[in-house]
Amino acid sequence: MSSTMNHAIHMPIKPDPHWKGILECAAMEVFSMMAGVELTEFPGSVEDRHAEQTAMVGLAGALCGMVTIRCATPTAGKLATLMLRTDGGSTPSMMGDALGELCNMVAGNFKSKVTTLADHCMLSVPTVIWGEDYVLQTVLPHEGFEVVLSFEGEPLWFTLVIHI
Amino acid sequence: MKKLRVLIVDDSSVMRKIVERSLRQAGIEIGEVAEASNGAEALAEVQKAPFDLILSDINMPAMDGLEFLRNLANIESAKSVPVVMITTEGSEARVVEALSVGAKGYIRKPFTPEQVKERISPLVGGAL
Repeated sequence: MSSTMNHAIHMPIKPDPHWKGILECAAMEVFSMMAGVELTEFPGSVEDRHAEQTAMVGLAGALCGMVTIRCATPTAGKLATLMLRTDGGSTPSMMGDALGELCNMVAGNFKSKVTTLADHCMLSVPTVIWGEDYVLQTVLPHEGFEVVLSFEGEPLWFTLVIHI
Repeated sequence: MKKLRVLIVDDSSVMRKIVERSLRQAGIEIGEVAEASNGAEALAEVQKAPFDLILSDINMPAMDGLEFLRNLANIESAKSVPVVMITTEGSEARVVEALSVGAKGYIRKPFTPEQVKERISPLVGGAL
C-alpha cells in the first residue's frame, strides 16, 4: 500500500451537503465530453421507471463507498452507440463496458472536483450488474444521495453511497 | 509523412476505441493501432514489434499502468517510446508516480480531442 493510502486511511473525510451538486455537475461533464449527450434535470416522477443496468465503482481511502449509475437497457444501448459512434447498435458486452466506463469517469471527475478527496481516495475498476432483482447490502452504517437526470426523456440514476 | 504505430492499453474496449478516435480527430497521423487490455498484454505487444507512442490507463486488473511502466523500463527497445497515461485518477500523487517511473505525460478522463492534441503533439512533432 502506498504512503498516500496510509495517509488517507487516517484522515476520514466527512460527507458534505454540496456533494450532490458536484456529483450532478461531474455526471453532466462526463456525458457531454465522452458521449456528446447533454443531460438535464429529470422532470416528474421516476416511480414506474425501470433500471435493469447498474454500473458501480468503489471508493476506498479517506472516503469509503460507492458511485453507481443505473438506467434501462435501451438507454445503456444508446449511450454505448453514442460513445462508439457506430450505427450498428450495441452488444450487451459493449453496453456494460460503456456504462462501467461512464461510471468510472463520473466517480473520478467527482473525486477530482472535491479537492480534499483527490489525493486521498482510490477508485476500484467498474462492475456492471444486469437485472433489477437484487439488494445491495452493506455491513457498515452509511449515508448517501441520488441524482436523477434525463437523457432523451429517460432517467439515469446517479448515486453516491458513503460508509460513515 | 511517417504514420505512428500506436499501442493503446485500457481494460475497456469502448475506451480504447474512443482514444483511437480522439487521436485521429486531434489530427495526429496514426497508422497501425494495437490494443491491450492490461499491462501484461501490453508488454507482450511491445516485445513483438516497436511502437512510436503508447497510451495507457493506470487503473487496470492483472497488471496496472504503473507496473507496466516499471516493466517497460527494462525493455531496451522500448525505453525511448513516449508513454502517456490516460486516467480517471484525480490524484496528483498517482500522476507524479507515473511520471517518476517513465511516463511522458498524462490525460485525465473525460477528455476532448483538443486536450489529446495538446498533450501528445509535443511528443510526436513529426506526425501532425
